[in-house]
Formats: sequence, C-alpha cells, structure tokens
Amino acid sequence: MQTLAEGLRLQMDALDYVLLSLYFITVLGVGLAARRSIKNSADFFLSGRSLPAWVTGLAFISANLGALEILGMAANGAKYGIMTVHYYWIGAVPAMVFLGIVMMPFYYGSKVRSVPEYMRRRFNRPAHLLNALSFAVAQVLIAGVNLYALALIMQALLGWPLWTAIVVGAAIVLAYITLGGLSSAIYNEVLQFFVIIAGLLPIAIIGLVKVGGIDGLFAAVRDTKLGEAGLHTWADTGGSDNPLGAPWWGIVFGLGFVLSFGYWTTNFAEVQRGLSARNMSAARRTPIIAAYPKLVIPFVTVIPGLVALVTVKGLGADKGDLQYNNAIPLLMREFLPNGVLGIAVTGLLASFMAGMAANVSGFNTVFTYDLWQEYVKKDRPDGYYLRIGRWITVVGVIIGIGTAFIAAGYSNIMDYIQALFSLFNAPLFGAFIIGMFWKRMTAWAGFWGLLSGTLAAFIVYAGYKWWGWFTFGSDLDESFWGAGIAFVTVAIVSVVVTLFTTSKTDEELSGLVYGIGRHDLSADAVAGDQAWYRSPLLLGAGALILAFAFYLPFL
Amino acid sequence: MSDPTKAETARAARLFDVRRVIGGLFTVYGVIVTILGIFDSPAEIEKAAGVRINLWTGLGMLALGLLFLLWQWWRPAEPPTPSDIPPADEIRE
Repeated sequence: MQTLAEGLRLQMDALDYVLLSLYFITVLGVGLAARRSIKNSADFFLSGRSLPAWVTGLAFISANLGALEILGMAANGAKYGIMTVHYYWIGAVPAMVFLGIVMMPFYYGSKVRSVPEYMRRRFNRPAHLLNALSFAVAQVLIAGVNLYALALIMQALLGWPLWTAIVVGAAIVLAYITLGGLSSAIYNEVLQFFVIIAGLLPIAIIGLVKVGGIDGLFAAVRDTKLGEAGLHTWADTGGSDNPLGAPWWGIVFGLGFVLSFGYWTTNFAEVQRGLSARNMSAARRTPIIAAYPKLVIPFVTVIPGLVALVTVKGLGADKGDLQYNNAIPLLMREFLPNGVLGIAVTGLLASFMAGMAANVSGFNTVFTYDLWQEYVKKDRPDGYYLRIGRWITVVGVIIGIGTAFIAAGYSNIMDYIQALFSLFNAPLFGAFIIGMFWKRMTAWAGFWGLLSGTLAAFIVYAGYKWWGWFTFGSDLDESFWGAGIAFVTVAIVSVVVTLFTTSKTDEELSGLVYGIGRHDLSADAVAGDQAWYRSPLLLGAGALILAFAFYLPFL
Repeated sequence: MSDPTKAETARAARLFDVRRVIGGLFTVYGVIVTILGIFDSPAEIEKAAGVRINLWTGLGMLALGLLFLLWQWWRPAEPPTPSDIPPADEIRE
C-alpha cells in the first residue's frame, strides 16, 4: 500500500474517457432538450412547478452531495472516526424532516419564488434587500469554492492544468444552465446522484473486503491513533474529550439545531428544489424523501474514510498528497480497475459541477426576481426577465471563476466554506424561525436582527481568525460557537426592537406566520397523494426513527 | 399565468422524461462495464482485493438502467389532467 511518490495521478485509459464523455454528452443533451420546454421565466427559475416528488427529492440531496461534501466527509471520517455520522443523523435528517413537515407549507403555500421574497412579505424591503444581497454574494463565493475544488481534482487526478480545468468546468455548467435553466440543473442532479453512488459504492465494498469486513475494519481502527474512541458517537460527550472535541450539548444545539436547521431550512439553493415540485404534497415530501439517502450516505463516505485511515500509511499529513481530504482519491487509485475507475471519476466531476450548478441557479433566481425586478426594472414583460436570467447566469459563472481564485488563497477550503455558512445561514435562520412562530415580531426587528446576527458571527470569526480576541478548541468548535452566538444575538435584538416598533396586522401576515391563516395542504393534490406511503408525516417519522436506530450500534 | 400555457408547459416538460435519460445512460454504462468485467485480467481483479468489481458494478448499473426504462414503459408520463392544473385563485390568503 505504499508507492505514493508519483502523487494522486490516476491511470485513466481510453475507455475511462469514453465513459466520462458519454456523461457530458448526456448532460448537454438534457440542457438542449430542456430548452424546448422553457416558455417563460417560471419555467426557467422554478421548472414550471411541475416535477414529481422523487425527482425533486433526489435533486435536493444531490444539491447537497457536492464533491466537497463527499471528500470532506471522508476526510472527517478518517480524522474523527464514526462521530462524523453526527453530520448526517442529527445534523441533517431532523432538519430535513422539519423543513418538509413544518416549513414547506409556508414556502410553497405562500407562492413565494425565493427565500428573500418570503423575508420581504414577512418583514420589509430593507430585510429583503439585505438577505437577497448577502445570499447572492454567498452563492457566487461558494460557486467559486466548488469550481476551484473541481479544478484541483482534475489537476491531481487527470493531470489537467488548473486553468484549463477551471475554464472547462465553468463552460459545461454554464452551457447546461443557460440552455435549460433549473429543469436542466435538477435533471442532471438526479442523474448525478446515481452516477456518484455507482462510483463510490465499489470503493466502499472493495475497501471492506480488503480489511476483512466491518469487524476487520473496526479492529484495525482500534490500532490507529484514533483508537477505540473512533468507533463511538456519544461516548465521552459529557465533556470535550472525544475526537470531535465537542460536548453533547454542542453537538445537539450547535450542530443539530442552529447549523443544520440554518443550512437545510433557509438555504435557497436547497429550498428551491422543493419549490419546483408539482404540488404541496410533493413539495413537502421533497426534503423528506431526500432524508432517506442521507441516512445511508455515511456508508460511502465515512467507511471509505476509515478504510483509508487503516490502509494508507501516513494519512493525515498537513501538506502534500497524504492529507485527509485525499482519502477517496487515494483509495480510487489503489483499488479501482479501469472501467469502474472511469465511473468514479465521472461521479466526482459530476458532483462538483452539480454543486456549482445549484449555486448558480440559486444566484440567478434571486438576482433576477429579488434584485433586478424588485429594485432596478419593475413591470417588464416576462420574456425580459427570462433574458436577464440567462445573462446573469453568464455573469455569475464568470464571477465564479474570479472567486475560485479567492478560494485558492485558503489552505483548507472546508474551513472557508464553514465560515461562509456560519456567517450567512445562522443569522438568517434565527430571524426566520422567530418570525415564523412569533407573530408580534416586527418588520424592523427582522431587519435589525438579521444585520446584528451577521455582524456577531463576523466578529466571532474575525476575532478568532485574525484579531486573536477569542480562542476555540478547533475551527469546527468556532463554527458551532459562531452559529450559536449569531442565533442568540438575533433573538435578543429581535425581542428588543419588537418592543419599540409596531407589529404587522394579522391580515398582512396571513399564510406567512404559524397559526395565522391556514394552508390548504391537499387542495392541489393529484390522484394517489392520499396513499399512506405519500404522507409527509409518516415518511418524516420513519426517517427520524431510522436515524435513531442507526445510532444504537455505535453509541 | 393562463391555464393553456400551463398545460402546454407541463406537456412539453414531460416530453423529456428524466427516467429515459437515467435508464439510457445506465444501460449503456452497464453494457460497457460488464463486458469489460468479463474480460478483466487477474491483475485487475487482484487490484480490487479479489473482487470482480467491474463485472458486479456493470451488472448493477445494467439492472438499474433497465429498471428505469421498464418503469417508464410501464407508467409512461401521462398527459396533464385537469387536476394537475391549479385553479386561477391559487394564492389563498
């Protein structure tokens, strides 16, 4: 298992490239075909609200299953052990179920086209503008991260120059989104879901065979620097003496509540997939259907991470090829023969592009509907906004190329992306959840809460990273705390401002706040939606029970 | 948005069924990788810890692809029915 001197370079043969090109031909074909079905801006930005739940559900999970997520979680698997599953079972599934059961009726039922639009109707235009601007900035920054990571992988695995890789990746994403809009992005996400699983599953299987099954793997992990602690999830979380360095309440409140609810329930790049569903029932099932694959994805991320830990000597270096982030590429090189190798490379590249496509399609919607139509050119014919949408997609991708070079300045891109999340998502979630359940919260409380929460998260980050004001156990610990502090700040500022300003009337808040006005959850039902297996409540409860049950063998 | 436009959009969107795309790509992938797997050299099998991974992955992908094609053939995308088209007063306030 040595011989890593020649780097990560994979021995791709002609057939692997054939498999890779077949995928991209299909992707562009989908873009061209989707173009024919686009008649107006709602088709472009919301897929005409016509998709069945299994399609939007798989797109929902794929929008999250970017390669950053895959490589990052495998890296965490090798670094923190089984505790990494907290990101899935408590850090994602409950939030996804909550989004489907409780929040989706507000989003889908109020017919808003974006998350900022909800902010405008619940609060006011300043809150809307602030949210739309920060979302647009965050999306192009994250698109840049995805693009940069894509290029790094193409450079390492295929030997392409960084520049070529960035431009080729950006060009393909650009082509399929400008052609087919969100439909095209969503169709490709569904396709990509299956390709990435087909590529990752063989790595996990061969890995397990190699180390003698689950038992062999666990026995081997006990002999690593991670030791027995790497095989448990909740043991030793009374304090911080565990691989993750976080106590149980930090995991439950910081990760399970603020960070994950913030990410899953207010991140428009995710919510948008639900908004494109064909009716209320399908919209509510979207994140819940996605929760089921999310439950088992650790098998193809955390397990390979552990396999890499026990088979690749020296994994965990600070620099060079043996960084944790390279766990999956290292195993691909070690285990996969040509053929499956081509599928795995295709899956990885596809997932980077899907991640970037999700950012870009979120960005173009918010820019067109929430910034351009709202503040620059109102009341133009629909075709005008469709054209703007296509152009701003081009601009978004070009800016993404620029921000890829910002990302290049960070040695650990996962760090950078966590910082972005705690800065943009946690305060938004605070304003959102309070505004959705507390009808007295005033419009200005929404604005000032959001602004002060963002500033608080920024001060925690900058105070830790640059100014030396605070110290935390790890970067991860900082992101838990930053998110928590931002949330509390939003809550306090919202309450104080509410005491001094006037609330909106019940009529203005109808359908936007819990308990005021009712959403008819079945008015637009299609035949078959009454079936028990399509009940969002039942599906959601099933996902939560499974998440709980999955923990039991690894307490 | 008027009802005829909506119905037309729905029909156009269904023209290109995602099940056909997934089914097609995976059937092609499955055939290529399975054939490759049949002729894998001992060295390649050795690399994959003794697992005939190309063969198994190929057969798996082929099965998935055919399943999607079968599903599409079994339940073709239906033309839009009136219940798919929400009433004009769809914004309930």
